[in-house]
Amino acid sequence: MRLEIKDLHVHYGKIEAIKGISVVVNEGEIVTLIGANGAGKTTTLKTISGLRKVSSGAILFDGQDISKVPAHERVDLGISQAPEGRGIFPGMTVLENLEMGKFHRKNRRHEMDEDLDKVYALFPRLKERTSQAGGTLSGGEQQMLAIGRALMARPKVLLLDEPSMGLAPQMIANIFRIITEINKTGVTILLVEQNAQQALQRAHRAYILETGNVVKEAAASDLLNDPAVREAYLGTGAHA
Amino acid sequence: MINLRDKGASIWENWNRVQRTIFVLISITVVALMPYAGGFGPTSFLNTPISSYQAVLVYPIALFVLMGLGLNIVVGKSGLLDLGYVAFFAIGAYTMAIMGTMTSLNTWEILPFGIFFAMVAGLLLGLPALRLRGDYLAIVTLGFGEIVRIVALNLNITGGPNGVVGVPNPPPILGQKFELNDHAAYFWVILVMILLVIWMVRRFTIRRPGRAWEAIRQDEDVAALMGVNLLVYKLWSFTIGAAVGGAGGVIYASKTMFIAPDMFTFNTSILVLACVVFGGLGNIWGVILGASILGYLPERIRFISNARQLVFGLVLLIIMNVRPDGLLPRKKREKIKQKEAK
Repeated sequence: MRLEIKDLHVHYGKIEAIKGISVVVNEGEIVTLIGANGAGKTTTLKTISGLRKVSSGAILFDGQDISKVPAHERVDLGISQAPEGRGIFPGMTVLENLEMGKFHRKNRRHEMDEDLDKVYALFPRLKERTSQAGGTLSGGEQQMLAIGRALMARPKVLLLDEPSMGLAPQMIANIFRIITEINKTGVTILLVEQNAQQALQRAHRAYILETGNVVKEAAASDLLNDPAVREAYLGTGAHA
Repeated sequence: MINLRDKGASIWENWNRVQRTIFVLISITVVALMPYAGGFGPTSFLNTPISSYQAVLVYPIALFVLMGLGLNIVVGKSGLLDLGYVAFFAIGAYTMAIMGTMTSLNTWEILPFGIFFAMVAGLLLGLPALRLRGDYLAIVTLGFGEIVRIVALNLNITGGPNGVVGVPNPPPILGQKFELNDHAAYFWVILVMILLVIWMVRRFTIRRPGRAWEAIRQDEDVAALMGVNLLVYKLWSFTIGAAVGGAGGVIYASKTMFIAPDMFTFNTSILVLACVVFGGLGNIWGVILGASILGYLPERIRFISNARQLVFGLVLLIIMNVRPDGLLPRKKREKIKQKEAK
């Protein structure tokens, strides 16, 4: 078991955003958390990467409780996140953004060229724009950059927060195809999505979150065919 | 004017090492001769009426440039709004004043102590304060600036409101004396310090600390996700900034021979911050230009006495409206050229 969340509670001030969820992510899987706005998806990811404090419960990474480990050290352990809203450094170039992804690696000098090549192979668009400022990229390119930057740290687990947000349908399909590709290279992925259709097609297993609780856990393909889920999250697209 | 910075940068890029060295040496020489510009025919328009031109060159101009560069590390490079920067200047000045009058150490020997105490103060303030963000940090630093001044006002060792008198001048270096009226000598010492700070900042900017500061300034959370230890890098930025302020304070106290708490008010913090913002947040050349102008202008227009501050404020307002990013704003992407050249 790569990553396990046990009875996690997280508070924003007095408001409890995560009310005791448990999630398991096995080695080599794509697991997706789906749910509506305010269900606690992003908070869960932020808590795993260390940006939010755990109120109670545990986050186990390779069997070790990391809930007290500061955010910047979790990167060393092998947890990388492409944050919500992409989190590109707007004033840095594409190359500098990618280099930041390796900020804390001990062997960064030796790994740099190799990993840059890997990222450019996944996202040829980025290679064309190495010296362009991150803030001037299109939404899709920024998302590519965010994922590429997260990969620069050679993660064991990649946390993706709504990679499809605000993108054109064609770009969404493209991003999801690449996510599957990354997963095939052996990176475990925890994916948070509102685009349930795409997420469920790509993921192995899924959790449905509702107001801070896990209401359903199943194989992704089962949920894709589940009438209740279809109604609530897949629909006809009109509800979006 | 619009592309002054880019134009300068592109000319610089196209020069070879020899050309650059010659340019730098000439520039330093020209600046070093500034104390004589007031008495030299063609440049005598620079002379300040009423106040001594050479004295103005030391304080406020040179010391504002020095402090501006120090504050720029904190505010410009890492985006931490510090409204109490004068506190570090004061700590340096009081270190000089107290140690200078009570021990037999001279200015040059006290300088490291002044820097050290300012850094310790930066660390002590930073440890709790740098966990805060944005406006909260600004308020805490503002409070700190006032605390230092009020402590100095109330302690016996600092002479309370009377301050410390008889602070010794520095001993001569290479035969150059430092009497109260040897303004040029002080100017040269501060010029050397400014050059050191410029060199240091430029080193940092292209190395890891610079990258970390840049990341923190642009997005703190994402910086943490990249593995940047926020507290450590913020503390570095804060203490290095404090060290520069402390060094300035030591020289200031040693030059004026007398210091009192009312020299270190909130006003000075704001004025130094204004120098940084006015010149161009994050760009050392902008900060130097901004501090020079803001230090110089009020003295140059002193002859209009009462309307002086009004005109000064008006100039600030107009310039900030015309150039909201400062006179020479920071270049958005500082390293591309080098990278491509590699």
